Amino acid sequence: MSTAETSAAAPRKSELSTFRAIARIYPYAKPAVPWIIGGMIAALAAGVVSLLIPIVLQGLVDGPLTDGNPVGIWPAVALVLVLGVVEAAMIMLRRWLVLTPGTHIEARMRNGLYAKLQDLPVAFHDRWQSGQLLSRAVSDLNLIRRWISFGLVLLIVNIITILIGIVVLLNWSVWLGLLFFVTSIPIWVYGYVFEKKYSVIARRVQDQQGDLATAVEESVHGIRVLKAFGRGRHSLLKFADQAEMLRTLEIRKAKAIAGIWFWLVLIPDAAFALSLLGGVALAAADQLTVGQLLAYFATATVLRFPIESIGFLLAMTFDTRSAVDRFFDVMDEVNTITDPEHPATVERPAGRLVFEDARFRYQDAPGDQRDQLDGIDLELEPGETMALVGITGSGKTTLTALTTRLYDVTGGRILLDGVDIRDLTREELRRRIAMAFEDATLFSSSVRDNVLLGRPEFASDDPAVVAEADRVLAEALDIAQAGFVYDLPDGADTVVGEEGMSLSGGQRQRLALARAVAAKPEVLVLDDPLSALDVDTEALVEAALRRVLATTTGLIVAHRPSTVQMADRVALLEEGRITDVGTHSELLARNEHYRYVISSLEDEELAQAEREARDLRLAEEASRVQEATARESRVIDKDGFERDGEVKR
Amino acid sequence: MSVVGVAGEERDNYTKDESRQIRRRSLRLLGSLLRPVRGRIIVAMVVVVFSTALQVAGPALIALGIDRGLPAVADNGDWMPIALIVGGFVFAALVGAATIAWYQVMSARISQAILIDLRKRVFLHTQNLSLEFHESYTSGRIISRQTSDLDSIRELLDSGINQLVSGLLYMGFTAGALILLDAPSGLVLAAALIPLLMLTRWFQVRSQKMFRLTRVASARLIVHFVETMTGIRAVKAFRKEPRNAREFGDHVESYRDANARVIRLFGIFDPGLVLIGNVAVAGALLWGAFRVVDGSLQIGVLIAVLLYVRNFFGPAEEMAMFYNSYQSAAAALEKISGVLEESPSVPDPTTPIDLWQAKGHVRFESVRFAYNDETVVLPDFDLDIPAGQTIALVGTTGAGKSTLAKLIARFYDPSEGRVTLDGVDLRKLHPKDLRRAIVMVTQEAYLFSGTVADNIALGKPDATREEVEAAARAVGAHEFITSLPNGYDTDVNKRGGRVSAGQRQLISFARAFLADPTVLILDEATASLDIPSERLVQEALQTLLADRTAVIIAHRLSTVAIADRVLVMEHGRIIEDGSPAELIAGAGKFAQLHAAWRESLV
Repeated sequence: MSTAETSAAAPRKSELSTFRAIARIYPYAKPAVPWIIGGMIAALAAGVVSLLIPIVLQGLVDGPLTDGNPVGIWPAVALVLVLGVVEAAMIMLRRWLVLTPGTHIEARMRNGLYAKLQDLPVAFHDRWQSGQLLSRAVSDLNLIRRWISFGLVLLIVNIITILIGIVVLLNWSVWLGLLFFVTSIPIWVYGYVFEKKYSVIARRVQDQQGDLATAVEESVHGIRVLKAFGRGRHSLLKFADQAEMLRTLEIRKAKAIAGIWFWLVLIPDAAFALSLLGGVALAAADQLTVGQLLAYFATATVLRFPIESIGFLLAMTFDTRSAVDRFFDVMDEVNTITDPEHPATVERPAGRLVFEDARFRYQDAPGDQRDQLDGIDLELEPGETMALVGITGSGKTTLTALTTRLYDVTGGRILLDGVDIRDLTREELRRRIAMAFEDATLFSSSVRDNVLLGRPEFASDDPAVVAEADRVLAEALDIAQAGFVYDLPDGADTVVGEEGMSLSGGQRQRLALARAVAAKPEVLVLDDPLSALDVDTEALVEAALRRVLATTTGLIVAHRPSTVQMADRVALLEEGRITDVGTHSELLARNEHYRYVISSLEDEELAQAEREARDLRLAEEASRVQEATARESRVIDKDGFERDGEVKR
Repeated sequence: MSVVGVAGEERDNYTKDESRQIRRRSLRLLGSLLRPVRGRIIVAMVVVVFSTALQVAGPALIALGIDRGLPAVADNGDWMPIALIVGGFVFAALVGAATIAWYQVMSARISQAILIDLRKRVFLHTQNLSLEFHESYTSGRIISRQTSDLDSIRELLDSGINQLVSGLLYMGFTAGALILLDAPSGLVLAAALIPLLMLTRWFQVRSQKMFRLTRVASARLIVHFVETMTGIRAVKAFRKEPRNAREFGDHVESYRDANARVIRLFGIFDPGLVLIGNVAVAGALLWGAFRVVDGSLQIGVLIAVLLYVRNFFGPAEEMAMFYNSYQSAAAALEKISGVLEESPSVPDPTTPIDLWQAKGHVRFESVRFAYNDETVVLPDFDLDIPAGQTIALVGTTGAGKSTLAKLIARFYDPSEGRVTLDGVDLRKLHPKDLRRAIVMVTQEAYLFSGTVADNIALGKPDATREEVEAAARAVGAHEFITSLPNGYDTDVNKRGGRVSAGQRQLISFARAFLADPTVLILDEATASLDIPSERLVQEALQTLLADRTAVIIAHRLSTVAIADRVLVMEHGRIIEDGSPAELIAGAGKFAQLHAAWRESLV
């Protein structure tokens, strides 16, 4: 990660010139540098050789052709042929030297970007749409590779070739050479102007492409909703707006390119025309031979394509600059959730999870708003199962996400077996605490791999390990009531996820649960893991989970009384704080808010009836108490009176 | 094996017939894309032909200048011919440059028009394809069709076509000018064409296969990438990062390898072109030089010949570039045309029946539904839901409840029999009326990027803010929405971002309330709600459903209380049918379930 850290310290892109901005990829390109230099040398050799051919032609025209000596033709043509073959060989060499190392740079950058993205906290991913990330990982890096192995090499070599060519031209005739040089100046000037115009528009085009990709993604991921409401047309209109925007930008970009093309075609041709005039004048004055004039035009022709290519290569360079900027937009992101420098480790893992005044607020939360989690104090003893109950939006999911540092606390701390979780490596922490999310994500892989995700040690061919893995898998599937797996086409080896079979919400949830169980953690954090299950299955899962939770510390977000029943104690989350902890029946008896949150519709009626009955009882009691107090007060009164009497006395 | 639609897309061993079939369908697509812009294409062609002719005139003018202008000046001091020639040259340069710039802008307009047409077509077609297709084809692939594949086509249109057209024309005009100037040199060029064509053919055959491999490799890469980014929580929680890095590294490597192979082909093709060009120049020089010596060729013409022969091969490298983008675009077009060839298994009716005022009477008539011959979900299903009735569907996972719901919402069509709304077969009902009358809310509550209000308004795009808020209030979502940073204008960001699953469901409920359908289908729509929210939703439902037809699938039996009628399903059949009170009082499956559920409550 050293590259990311060094680059994070580098200045922001707006301050950098195009060259320095692109130079930031040096750490990735470093191993390829000798190859690229080699390629440039080969390319330069090809350029020089192509410039030598006109010199041979000049000798031929002014020698054998003027003398009418056919014998001299053979060696000159043979030389032209040899030079031609060498030029082709050099071009081949350039390609072979540069292109494979170029693909390695691309691969390195892609892996680097991916590693960085995996490392960045969830909060980052909440902000960034995956379409934007994808366009960085694919098309931007593609462009960078092509630029390095093609654009960069040709840009530099063509400029050198042009310079050498101009020297050769000066050699034929100072006046003609100067003419060619002077008429080339507008191209460089315009190229500079072009940079400013083009790089802005190129970046906007790339961003708009990313937005369009996001629109596509949403339309595909949200297809069910769009279909259910018949909003295909509506989303098409939105998409069409985005696409129209892209079209407008692309045409603006094309106009910029057309502008540079105009000069690139006009200037060499105009230079040829003027050279023709000058050449004829010089030849008429006998200051130039016909052979030299021919060589001049032959050389200028050789230079034509390098000169024309400059515009295209510049455009590519500026595109690449914005691609590099976009790459570093991600790479420069400072990771706020990292491993400590000197990680501690849990000496005697037992599964004691303690929240001490744990706080969390979103960075962009308004200043006057209280913290989302406003000082959580909660202790889970080893082996204890705690249910977490609260209304929607009370912060239950956030609280669970804090335990494995998907988000970091913004105040207070969380201790696992006495160690602040921020002092553990993320690897150790997430090994000890496993989670099942309500929104169950499966990856494109076999069911087996998905369930055994938390047990990387099972990836082995050793029969003993495989047998153990099979046992754990079977047990986890059994607990999660995921027997349906065995009915899939390839059993537990069936591929699921994006590229495989699609499973129902309930099936996915059970696999996610099996995954958490199979990880055999010290602490199991379950975020409403049974919401998509039917009543029968839920009951079976709960019964099986109880066995697991007997020995494992559990933190379970619960919406239903039945889920709460699995817990030893219940913590009530209210307004960002734990307001009450106790057993289900204790809370039911003493906490009004708890009853509001957990008792379901009919239960509510029951409770209402109970309350009424109790109220009645209370009312009766109260009246009895009243009578009693009335009696007592009379006694007191009497006493008081007596005391008064005493005082009086 | 079939190659119709997207079938066999990942194969790279097509038979001749299959290849031809695929090529034909992508050519058809291409033709249909070009047709609307053909007028503009013709204009652009004329402009580019004119422009190229002017650009090619250069060497001939040089020859003219040396052979006619120079003697006139040297011998007679007559500057007129050379002045005319140079004047013509400058004029040709100016007009040639202006027209090529014009052509650039024109061709950008054309290609953008084609692209936007294709983008919209694929987008709309994707939206029209049935859920069944989406479930089997997967979102990653459909996304890469619409992003990276369209990108390759864009690249082809952007630069590739320009290069081809101007390159081919340039070569053609150059050859023409050469033959006019000196026919024998034309023979040298013709001889050079033979190895040129052979080399190109060799390249074409070899590269086609490899380009297809790169597309497959990039699609895999994209799927993996998107899956990781959308599932980042699970990735982190289960320490999948190192394994992901390995897997992704493998994808990157095979993509790199595929790319490197293609590039290596170019490493032979491109220098090959240069070699042929240079040998041709030497050939033309040899023959021309001898003719200059024996006086049958003027020296100025020899110069022009050499310039033309060299220029002829000038665009060759760009043509190779064209081939690069052409190959990936062709592969992309093949896949896109495959997707477009998929006919929606739930097609819009050709002669739709309007139903302005739906009453909500839903009927299943001898409906059979099967994914294929082996998995029959509903063997033979009859059901009559009178208008205004609220039905609760109960049964274990896989009993066919969701299928039933999807058939009413017309996400699927029955394999046999028919589903009707107010006596009209859903397949004949106008889609607009169908979607207005029937709305389904699923457990997976997807939020689109945009504000909370936008997301609710999806139920009724022209809704006012008051209506949006009223809908949110009705389902009890108003509270939490107003507590968000910007209230209703809060951007929900990527995939719901910081809105919890329960809150997402409330938003999607509000969406359905706003849509105000005649028939409402709730498929596990309250699963993620907490009890107070569920209570609110249920109260709202009781008012909302009073005069509506509703089908509710819920695992929680609490929902059943508000139903007029309960259907217990098993293996695609109804095993119990009656009012909640009747069934609870009975001794059937439902009575058992209900008893168990009561037990679990306290």
